Amino acid sequence: MNRQIRRLGVALLLCFTALFAQLNYIQVVRSEKLNDDPRNSRKVVATFSRPRGTIVSADGAVLARSTASRDQFKYQREYPERDLFAHVTGYLNFNFGATGLEATYGDELAGRAAEIDLATMSDLFVDRERVGNVAITIRKDVQEVARTALGNRAGSVVALDPKTGAILAFWSTPSYDPNALAAHDKSAGAAKTMLEASPGKPLLPKAYRETFFPGSTFKVVTASVGLESGKVGPDQPAYPAATNYDIDFTDNELDNFGGDSCGGPLPEILQVSCNSGFAAMSADTVGAPAMVAGAEKFGFNSRPPIDLPAAAISRFPTEFPQNQGNGPIARAGIGQGDVSATPLQMALVAAGVANNGTIMAPHLLDQITDERGRVVTSYAPRAWRTPLNPQNAAVMRGAMIGVVAEGTATRLAIPGFEVGGKTGTAQLGTTPPRSHAWIIGFAGPPGDAKVAVAVIVEGQPGASEQTGGRVAAPIAQAVMAKILTTRPGG
Amino acid sequence: MIERLRRNSELSLILLGAVITGGAYTLASLGTTASIPANIGPFLGIIVALFLAAHLAVRRLAAGADGMLLPLAGLLNGVGYVFIARLDKDLAGLQALWTAVGIGAFILTLAMVRRPRDLERYRYTFLVVGIVLLMLPLVPGVGRVINGARIWVSFGPINFQPGEFAKIALAVFFAAYLVEKRELLAMATWPRFRPVLPDPKHLGPVLLAWGLSLVVMTAEKDLGSSLLFFALFMVLLWVATEKAAYLVVGAGLFGAGSYFAWSTFSHVQDRVTFWLDPWSDAADKGFQPIQGWYALSWGGIGGTGLGLGTPTRIPEVKNDFIFAAIGEELGLFGGTAVLIAFLLMVGAGLRIATRADSNFDKLLATGLTALLGIQTFIIIAGVTRLLPLTGVTLPFVSYGGSSLVANYVLLALLMRISHETSRRERAREVERDRVAVPA
Repeated sequence: MNRQIRRLGVALLLCFTALFAQLNYIQVVRSEKLNDDPRNSRKVVATFSRPRGTIVSADGAVLARSTASRDQFKYQREYPERDLFAHVTGYLNFNFGATGLEATYGDELAGRAAEIDLATMSDLFVDRERVGNVAITIRKDVQEVARTALGNRAGSVVALDPKTGAILAFWSTPSYDPNALAAHDKSAGAAKTMLEASPGKPLLPKAYRETFFPGSTFKVVTASVGLESGKVGPDQPAYPAATNYDIDFTDNELDNFGGDSCGGPLPEILQVSCNSGFAAMSADTVGAPAMVAGAEKFGFNSRPPIDLPAAAISRFPTEFPQNQGNGPIARAGIGQGDVSATPLQMALVAAGVANNGTIMAPHLLDQITDERGRVVTSYAPRAWRTPLNPQNAAVMRGAMIGVVAEGTATRLAIPGFEVGGKTGTAQLGTTPPRSHAWIIGFAGPPGDAKVAVAVIVEGQPGASEQTGGRVAAPIAQAVMAKILTTRPGG
Repeated sequence: MIERLRRNSELSLILLGAVITGGAYTLASLGTTASIPANIGPFLGIIVALFLAAHLAVRRLAAGADGMLLPLAGLLNGVGYVFIARLDKDLAGLQALWTAVGIGAFILTLAMVRRPRDLERYRYTFLVVGIVLLMLPLVPGVGRVINGARIWVSFGPINFQPGEFAKIALAVFFAAYLVEKRELLAMATWPRFRPVLPDPKHLGPVLLAWGLSLVVMTAEKDLGSSLLFFALFMVLLWVATEKAAYLVVGAGLFGAGSYFAWSTFSHVQDRVTFWLDPWSDAADKGFQPIQGWYALSWGGIGGTGLGLGTPTRIPEVKNDFIFAAIGEELGLFGGTAVLIAFLLMVGAGLRIATRADSNFDKLLATGLTALLGIQTFIIIAGVTRLLPLTGVTLPFVSYGGSSLVANYVLLALLMRISHETSRRERAREVERDRVAVPA
């Protein structure tokens, strides 16, 4: 009988070992997944019941902080800058969850990220109040310039450092006050319902989550793809002067703005934003397959790797059926048809040209410090795409500088700095004529661009190519000038 | 000599357990209300007094018994109490009362059962008592349904689960009966022309007791106890006859029985469906197992700390799911410590069984230990979703008077057998010495 009893002991030992293995599976292996399960509210409640770090601008303004509250959650989230950084910080609400940086860096702010949580083994046993403070790359004064310049016109401003991808301005009108949405009581739900119903989608950070026709600003992409294909150079081909581009199977030709006649080599047609020239470059010189590949090298059809949630994907069509003729690819080449882009994407296009052909991954994070001020994470710049080689990038910079010097973007000029740009006017309708006014560009000391920018002003009256230069360029100019003239050593 | 050694280590381990319990109680209070509990002094005093009483009773009544079982039970009981107090203040007082009653039952059992052999004599009495206890909840007027299972009995203000006591009574009967018939049951004599089975005359009463208990428990919708009884029966039959074939047959019977239960009862089907995929009905039928997993996973390796988790979201957390609360607040470390405590108790119980020199003592110790070990496995496996969930209590830890008192009785019986073994060993040594001296 003793042999059986010993075997029973072994069997029970095995049973308990299985329990131990299962505990390890639940508490260690699957733990993170289970804690992140959307049906599991433990993490949300825990996030709410513990202190949370601050979000600070590059010039030291507090954008989000936690203060003690007397209700069921111990802390109330506050956003002292109100609407100015709403689309950047997002908000934190028990029922709706978190948006913006509050979502991206939620674990870090709450001190739950591994780097903060377990700096040393002893941290396992010491219960200190761990939080992470997030410093971002945007300066409050620059952001204020963007807000003031755009005024109450709907639109977006994105500025970034082409060398690092650091976002320097990130503003969309209309914005909202995140404090209303961070309230713990029912007023937050009412505020959300009201904001969702208001015109202009104030809750939507359009700078990276809404796509628009890029219009003529897309010609920078087309020209770059032409150069990279080897079929287009700075001097030739020279596109013949014409008032329109002949579209197959239709009499509805692709007209130049105002029916003007234009043509010539790349810098010349970029300067006057010549539709017929770029339509021919896209449809005839480069061709659809190379256009698709080239646009995708600029980041179209992929999600930009910005550290904000749910960035929208900018689109360039991938199918150009033979039986539809040259119309779709010709229109796509001038930023119409099925092309759509976020303001962020167009700023990245300008940044790629400015940074010798390499687009750096856009980011808002500068660094994360723990509650004792030690730096736990510091953002390291990394390249995202390389759509241009340095020679072709230099050609594009020259062409864009020409657009500012004597083309459609003269209002972008900043005395004492080298500025390049490209306007865009994406037509929305003809009765009455309305369009999105665009500008993209870069600026800095000669040969050393410090800032790239994209500005869109939505739904402006008028449809001439001058609209972008007249309406959007001064906004971009003001933001870039602020960045360049107040930057240390700039 | 060995007696004093065992009793002294028992005393120091009990004091250590009391310190751990008192510390945990203070931490849990700090965690929930951020204050040191006002009654920590009397609390510690009562724990020490209760277990000191049990310890003194052991010194007087079973001085040679194993010294580890009582401190382990005290520790598990203490940890369980801390969690119950932390989960539901109102139940804490009742659980303390039940602990006192349990210790009383422990002392009473040691005092009344002076020799394990006394139990052997009353085997059929235990059979009848066991079956009556099992069927009590089915009697109209006294039986009550709580949470879908008809396993409760009410006499006036007192509610209890007679099944908890029935399992001990039946373990005694099985052990006594199998010891008597083990040789007959190990021989195949039936049918006469080609013997493959033991004589049905001998197998009959056991099968009857087992079948009846299964039927009764099925009627009461108590899956966990059915599984427990079945496992107990198979283990004892196997150990008594030393025939592994019984285990094979048992596994087959278990498979057939499970299939029958699964195809016949919707609540069994639900249990299996929401064991395999609780996410398919996360808001209702899968809610409890999922919440158990969330709690365990939230605890992670180190746990949230006592009083700092949110285990109250799990339904029935103070009974069946108390292990999930332990796992959340004490983490993998704490959960593993509880597993090890049970494993040490199982080890001590089986050591008592192997060392016992009467077959009845051996089988009874095996049966009681198997009850403790298998019940623990069934409920923790259910909580962690290793097996389908079948509601049984976690011995000594879960809230519940019947379970606590019954397990203290079980503990007393194990210690009685242990004491008996060491007493006989000592008697033999004395005998040997006396014979050796003249030579």
